[in-house]
Amino acid sequence: MKTTAPRRVIPGFGLTFGLTLTYLGLLVLIPLAGIFLKSAGIGWQDFWAATTSRQVVASYRVSFGISLAAAAANMVFGCLAAWSIVRYRFPGRKFIDALVDLPFALPTAVAGIALTSLYARTGWLGSIFYPLGLETAYSRLGIFIALTFVGLPFVIRTLQPVIADLDIEIEEAAASLGAPRFQTLWRVVFPALLPAMLTGFALAFARALGEYGSVIFISGNMPLRTEITPLVIVKFLEQHQVEHATAVAVFMLVCSFVLLLGVNILQRWSESAGAARA
Amino acid sequence: MGIQALHLTKTFGGLKALDDVSLEVPDGKLVSLLGPSGSGKTTLLRILAGLEFCDHGTPAKILFHGKDVSGVPAGKRKVGFVFQHYALFRHMTVFGNIAFGMKVRRGGLRPSKDRIKNRVGELLELVRMSGLERRYPSELSGGQRQRVALARALAVDPEVLLLDEPFGALDAKVRKGLRRWLRTFQERLGLTTIFVTHDQEEALELADEVVVMNNARIEQVGDPQYVYDRPATPFVIEFLGNVNKLVAGLSGLPKEGGNVLYVRPHDVDIVGPDEAAGEYVIKARVQHVFSAGNYGRIQLERLSSREPFEAEISRERLRQLEIKYGDVLSVVFRHVRLFPRGKFFETDVRDGKLVGLRDSLPTNGEDG
Amino acid sequence: MATTVTRFRETPLPRTRSAISESAGMRRAVIGLTVVFLFLFLFFPLIAIFFEALRDGLGAYLDSFRDPYALAAVRLTLIVAAICVPVNTIFGVAAAWAIAKFEFRGKSLLTTLIDLPFAVSPVIAGLLFILVFGSHGWLGPWLEARGLQVIFALPGIVLATLFITFPFVARELIPIMQARGKEDEHAALTLGAGGWRTFWQVTLPNVKWGLFYGVVLCNARAMGEFGAVAVVSGNIKGLTSTMPLYVETLYLEYATVPAFALSSVLALLALITLLLKNLIESRWRSAPGRGN
Repeated sequence: MKTTAPRRVIPGFGLTFGLTLTYLGLLVLIPLAGIFLKSAGIGWQDFWAATTSRQVVASYRVSFGISLAAAAANMVFGCLAAWSIVRYRFPGRKFIDALVDLPFALPTAVAGIALTSLYARTGWLGSIFYPLGLETAYSRLGIFIALTFVGLPFVIRTLQPVIADLDIEIEEAAASLGAPRFQTLWRVVFPALLPAMLTGFALAFARALGEYGSVIFISGNMPLRTEITPLVIVKFLEQHQVEHATAVAVFMLVCSFVLLLGVNILQRWSESAGAARA
Repeated sequence: MGIQALHLTKTFGGLKALDDVSLEVPDGKLVSLLGPSGSGKTTLLRILAGLEFCDHGTPAKILFHGKDVSGVPAGKRKVGFVFQHYALFRHMTVFGNIAFGMKVRRGGLRPSKDRIKNRVGELLELVRMSGLERRYPSELSGGQRQRVALARALAVDPEVLLLDEPFGALDAKVRKGLRRWLRTFQERLGLTTIFVTHDQEEALELADEVVVMNNARIEQVGDPQYVYDRPATPFVIEFLGNVNKLVAGLSGLPKEGGNVLYVRPHDVDIVGPDEAAGEYVIKARVQHVFSAGNYGRIQLERLSSREPFEAEISRERLRQLEIKYGDVLSVVFRHVRLFPRGKFFETDVRDGKLVGLRDSLPTNGEDG
Repeated sequence: MATTVTRFRETPLPRTRSAISESAGMRRAVIGLTVVFLFLFLFFPLIAIFFEALRDGLGAYLDSFRDPYALAAVRLTLIVAAICVPVNTIFGVAAAWAIAKFEFRGKSLLTTLIDLPFAVSPVIAGLLFILVFGSHGWLGPWLEARGLQVIFALPGIVLATLFITFPFVARELIPIMQARGKEDEHAALTLGAGGWRTFWQVTLPNVKWGLFYGVVLCNARAMGEFGAVAVVSGNIKGLTSTMPLYVETLYLEYATVPAFALSSVLALLALITLLLKNLIESRWRSAPGRGN
């Protein structure tokens, strides 16, 4: 006799799985398939021309270069901030910890105009930096400021739980073996944090690459100099050059997917490093 | 028969958890599934409860009191299941937890509010928790949570009660008290009960019948005394109680198959210091002597093969013999068990002479 | 991408022992740098919003909300959130249930797919819908022939917002539900409870704070989305201009005070979101029945 028992113990798999797939299919897969099909219809030559025109290539340079710089700055300062928040006690610590999520919660357009007014020549901070020769608004530095803002929480929030889970005894063991504090940090703590740092870096980079709202106000949007790729796509759309917009968007999408894959691999590494620690 | 499980096979991603296991539990009995972790005992219990299913296409069948429940979902099997970590609903009070199973019954089967209240009161009294119905699980001790979990499982009037490592998460002292209580409790209810444990002492002390499991299979079934005295396989004798395993055989014993012999420490008799007599006498050197309570334990090393083994003798005798480190003693094994090629032999050696040799397993209850 | 990051729980500070702590000077330098960095990038911009909004006094600030276009933008934003948040909550709960309570092939692929909007530029998200529903898109002409406009109308704004905000609830629930395991559901099942009842009475009460936070985040993003909505809405004042879009319009028209006044409402929303997050997390730590 064969069992006729259902294969799953908890009910609701068919309903929830079906709903999830249908929803994702309609909202994500069909539109995504659409853009790739559309780009396939453009023809290789036009596609190449659209994605490698002077203005577009200049925008890649701005987007990728400044996103990398902003993610790197976030990695360094994010490390310090996460370490301070977890390991030290100082007045305002809780406030700072709560504030870290602001870029997740604040609409990007609002962040954009706030940063612009702050870092413009007449702004509170701009008026300090401009006399020093630092053009903090309507420049590449301005884009850097906006992209650092939007990527700021990623490194900190990825690192915090990892630092909190660090086994203090390992640091004590290193100290008892005679390692000076700096050596312990460099040889024991840093390698344990590295996967999470890189994960945070990649997340911040991916976010910066696609960012639009907070950048367009502070960047000045000068073609070839301070134009980010998402803005180029919007401009193509405004000029009804849908094909051009599609081609550049597909290029960016492929970059995003590669990054997403990288983040997944990093997170798996990070988790296995965590498991090895435990 | 209270529970009949036939031909259960379960694999988890290539790993066999149950390999064609069949089991029968008489009505009203308390049975323990005993085995090391990974032996399949919890999987067996969860399959009985309907929380796992046997591999597709295998001829598995589960009957409760003669009724086939193989295709019945967990909620309709009339099973009371107590989880290893209790799985109490932590956002509900003790009352809410116990009443849950009654409240979720549909339409006409749902008891009235007053009935539920009375029944919860009865159950709380039964598990000696009266007055604690407003507490949350986090406000209870481990033993109390255990008893709430039991009351919750009983509230659905189950036909069989299944407990997964019921004492596993408790500390040693609470465990002992609760063990005794569960025994009398089960006797009073007369409910067919299976519990899973990896603790042999628990299984032997509590159960009417012990099912020893290893490697996805059942090794032996029987009442505790019988399983302890007449282990059917090397695994059972090694898993239940202390045993010495010696590779080199004794002369005069059957030589078929391997020559591994098992002897319990309390079957090792110290004949005397350096008294060389008889064909079954072994020479051994004392490595360590320790006595606690009524027993003395002597760590010995066999002179011929340098194999270590242990003897357990009364403290009185230990004092008489004046054993100390480095002494060479003459030792006789009173009962030796051999398992050549799946067969079972038991020797009975007295005064250096082989007085008995049995080569088949006597039926349950026959004295050896 | 907020929620791909593991929830940080406060752990007790390691016992202060000199062997494993930095020198006082080093510590002060690290804290100092952290504070300066976070003030430059977080605190000052936040203050600047309210400062600019109130630059010409309370009267001018309040006058900004008399603008009928501003009120229309507020209304549109509320409508969009009122549609997107419930829909994505249902989706998020369903996805989390399927992923956390069952094993199936392609699970990690599905999880990655749920993360996708975090990796896609909002501008491209908007473009996706233009290609499907635009006047030159697949379905656009067919829909237009039937008098249905998606792009440059409410449906387009809703679709783009749904796309951007669907991960939030699911990403918040999945790790919590996975950490809780299946034992509670199994217990409820052996006690005779059905699927719905198990979900409402056993699963939901244990994850309600996570669900609530996911909904709050989803709402914040739905009300604040700019890039994707900018591409699909056409930004017609009074008709398809949401709050963030109207902030842009005002700012570009040099109406600084009204722009920041409207921004201050969105900033308040963000602050409430942060506050709720912190409340929920402290609640989490002291919830009754925790542990077990």
